Amino acid sequence: MSANVLDRVATPAADEGGDDNATFVTLTVADQLCGIPVLGVRDILGAQVITRIPLASREIAGSLNLRGRIVTAIDLRRRLGLADAAAGVERMSVVAEQGGELYALLVDQVSEVMTLPASSFENNPPTLPPQWSEFSAGIYRLRDRLLVVLDVARLLSLGPTSPGRA
Amino acid sequence: MDDLLADFLTETSESLAELDTALVKLERTPNDEETLSLIFRMVHTIKGTCGFLGLSRLERVAHAAENVLGRVRDKVLKVTPENITTILAALDCIKQIVAALAATAHEPTGDDTILIAALDAAAEGRVLTAAKAPAVVAAPASAPAAPPAIAPPAIAATTVADLPITPEPISAPAATPPMPEPVAESAGPDTPAADAQIGPQTIRVGVDVLEDLMTLVSELVLTRNQLLQLARMHEAQSDETSGFTVPLQRLSHITSDLQEGVMKTRMQPIGNAWQKLPRLVRDLARDVDKRIELVMRGAETELDRQVLELIKDPLTHMVRNSGDHGLEKAEARRAAGKPETGRITLNAYHEGGHIIIEVADDGAGLHIDRIRAKILSKGLASDGELAAMSGADIQRFIFHAGFSTAAQVTAVSGRGVGMDVVKTNIEKIGGTIDLKSEAGRGTTFTIKIPLTLAIVSALIVEAGGERFAIPQISVVELVRARLSADGQDSTTPVVEHIQGTPVLRLRDQLLPLVNLTDLLALSSSKLTSASPGHAEHSVHVVVAQVGSALLGIIVDRVFDTEEIVVKPVAPILRHITMFSGNTILGDGSVIMILDPNGIARATGVAGSSGGDRGRDSRDAALPSTRSYSNTAMLLFRAGGTDPKAVPLGLVARLEDLPRDKIETSAGQPVTQYRGRLMPLVPFSGAINPDAERYAVLVFTDGDGNQERCMGLLVDEIIDVVEDHLNIELSGDRPGLLGTAVIAGRATDVIDIGYWLTQASQDWFRRSDRQAGKGGNFRAHILVVEDSDFFRQLLVPTLSAAGYRVTAAADASEALRLREAGVMFDAVVSDIEMPGIDGHALVRQLRAAGAWAQLPMIALTSHTSPDRIDAARNAGFTDYVAKFEREALLASLEQCLAAVSGAGPGATPAGGRRLASAA
Repeated sequence: MSANVLDRVATPAADEGGDDNATFVTLTVADQLCGIPVLGVRDILGAQVITRIPLASREIAGSLNLRGRIVTAIDLRRRLGLADAAAGVERMSVVAEQGGELYALLVDQVSEVMTLPASSFENNPPTLPPQWSEFSAGIYRLRDRLLVVLDVARLLSLGPTSPGRA
Repeated sequence: MDDLLADFLTETSESLAELDTALVKLERTPNDEETLSLIFRMVHTIKGTCGFLGLSRLERVAHAAENVLGRVRDKVLKVTPENITTILAALDCIKQIVAALAATAHEPTGDDTILIAALDAAAEGRVLTAAKAPAVVAAPASAPAAPPAIAPPAIAATTVADLPITPEPISAPAATPPMPEPVAESAGPDTPAADAQIGPQTIRVGVDVLEDLMTLVSELVLTRNQLLQLARMHEAQSDETSGFTVPLQRLSHITSDLQEGVMKTRMQPIGNAWQKLPRLVRDLARDVDKRIELVMRGAETELDRQVLELIKDPLTHMVRNSGDHGLEKAEARRAAGKPETGRITLNAYHEGGHIIIEVADDGAGLHIDRIRAKILSKGLASDGELAAMSGADIQRFIFHAGFSTAAQVTAVSGRGVGMDVVKTNIEKIGGTIDLKSEAGRGTTFTIKIPLTLAIVSALIVEAGGERFAIPQISVVELVRARLSADGQDSTTPVVEHIQGTPVLRLRDQLLPLVNLTDLLALSSSKLTSASPGHAEHSVHVVVAQVGSALLGIIVDRVFDTEEIVVKPVAPILRHITMFSGNTILGDGSVIMILDPNGIARATGVAGSSGGDRGRDSRDAALPSTRSYSNTAMLLFRAGGTDPKAVPLGLVARLEDLPRDKIETSAGQPVTQYRGRLMPLVPFSGAINPDAERYAVLVFTDGDGNQERCMGLLVDEIIDVVEDHLNIELSGDRPGLLGTAVIAGRATDVIDIGYWLTQASQDWFRRSDRQAGKGGNFRAHILVVEDSDFFRQLLVPTLSAAGYRVTAAADASEALRLREAGVMFDAVVSDIEMPGIDGHALVRQLRAAGAWAQLPMIALTSHTSPDRIDAARNAGFTDYVAKFEREALLASLEQCLAAVSGAGPGATPAGGRRLASAA
């Protein structure tokens, strides 16, 4: 089930990666192009069976079985305070590791691996909405669109602050 | 080979290998003090252990080598190649002896005088060029293995060359007749050198390696399960056996064997955790001046290493506690007619996938009165709550944080970090702990822990469309229950509701229920959409053991039990206490593992009382479900909109009577209840003639034919809540003890005593006075009463009147309180009690001791003149009928006033206030 997007594209991308360049797995969430540093990505998965976790924060979509390991899935749309995905749409996930635990970030679509030059990097514009500026590590200017670099560590630092039930 | 020797061999083999390297290093860097002291330490350890094991030959060699090293360390000798060589020769000799030991379990005979002479010479600074390694029985081939590489060749050559000419030690087998055969065997030149060097057939493996193996095997098991499931599905679809079937089955078997094998590597006899106990008990016995015998049974019972590590400290603590607090001193034991030597028994055995460990002592048992006093002083519960608790409940307070019953803190225990830590640690590994204590007979702690933490047996259930696992250890039974009373099947119990709170009558006991679907905020669409015919509206109730309490968990479906591999939940989910972990089932799906303890905590259900016909005084009758600091209160509405409350423990039953069941007898409403007439008392004064049905609180006391009961008619039963019962305002309104804040609302707590007298024929006209309210002085009253019911009645009554109250369940408890030095201002005692009765008690109290002058009030149900005289002759100050709250309060006030007015010893001026009941 795990898509081999990484295997296909990682090699040429790594070759291009110089000192000033950074390589990202790009993905879309609610039509926004985002990137996650490729070194932090453990796996990319297609649609998965996800078990709901009662009483968990609403950002937590549930848990899934990745080759015998239990991975907690986090709904990126909810984490970023965006509207829920339409029902029935299959979503992909990007698996990242934090503190020895695996987490799957549920996204709308994983596209490709891109190596981007440091020269096109910008800090967050101060006008970025707070839910984006909290999780954005900066912006890359691409030719035709902008890419938001997601701060995975922040995305995964979910505390018991927003329980699903009072 | 005994364990000690085996351990020694393993350790020494390791040390010797290290020593070789270290000595070589020392030769190169003679001033490396660290290495030198390491070498010295290792040789010293070997010498010490040899002496301990009685291996004299080994000890002599090691000792001589140590001497040399000691002098080097003291800088008397220099590190020279000659010295190193001599020491290495000694090491070789030790190696050979150790090898022989490993093979035969006996020290080989041999002559080391030449070597020792060389060592001694080296120690004195002389160099014996003729230093020779003696021939030893074990394979000569192994001897030179290390030295030639490092020692100067000439000497190494000598060592080897000398071997053949040294007299063969085996030629003297006559000297050691019992073991010529093994010696001869080991001496055989064919004995593989490696064998001798390894020593016993064990190797040391890092714990993390085993842990990793275990994790891998766990995942292998899961993968195997998934494969099997796929194969089954495939077969079911294609209707023919695929080529996978046979290899899969083999894989399955091999996986199971592997799992078992890896589990075994982690299994250790529980005796390992007990090793230090005999010594500990011996020292403890000396410290506290007691005679203690430690009996250990089932030391060979095996359990997972991880579990073993985790229970080691709790067990040690418990044994220490038993010796320190549990057992009495020799004189006390003799006085109690017991053998002077106290006995602590450790017993371990397997029981259905769990290990049971019992720590028992035959000491004095837990002092309930001391625990009670402690509870009060710590403010963990009020008098009223305590009075409502059974002895076992009170005993369980020792598991409470910061609780220690030792009167004084000893070096051994009593620092107040005790049983609560033990309990926490045991619960952490999914275990349970309980205790049973009998006064004068001793205390037994029973610990139930899972065999392993990694794989547990769990019941798979479904609620709200999701599946969950409940660890089998906490599941007591499964009950099928109907949601509504209609239907033919009358044997199935019905889920009843007390104002929305579901409960189930299970074998004469009220089982609190929680609906898992609601609790986990899952949509219950499945449940409601179930067609009327579907399973007759029935649900499954998983009866779970939570501490000492039972809790029913309502689930939609129950599947099978499955062996699951427990995995911890992700850190971002740890705050949800309802889950203890998660796991992957055979079909590959992830499910959450429920933690019944967490559920109980989350719902507060663990605290509510069972309300077992008002007779839950019998400790063994039911596992009480009372929380330690809260009282379960039944809230109801009667005569107004404000809620009223009564301790649930007092209520025997709740009934719902239709109007036509209520009859009138002698002007009083009654109903036929369980084959007899039960008087009914309307709370609001009159029966509402319009109501179709009436809610009735039934109060009972006594057994069998002696049982009396009364029904209190109320308007509506609201709820059962858990709260701290603290009566803050006590008004003068009849029938009410006062007002307490319950569930955030000011609530009137009703005085059952008043209502009981309303129902009984000998209703006493109340006087208009209130007692015990003068000044700041709060008199401390001891209530001695064997009936839990009356204790529950008296303690709140007296508390509400402004007294501090301590309750004792019998006379001996009262006497123990006196011995413990507790002082009271007055004693209120029942007359008819099992064991020492009230008369005997008062005689004992009057005869001597600190309480001899106290006012003592007799409390009884019989008030005939001759009884009153008898009570007076025994030494009672006053005599009051049991139900007469006002008379008792007046009497107390009078007695206390007399004492404070006329000084101790005066008889109350007002004389005896005789109950005016007929």
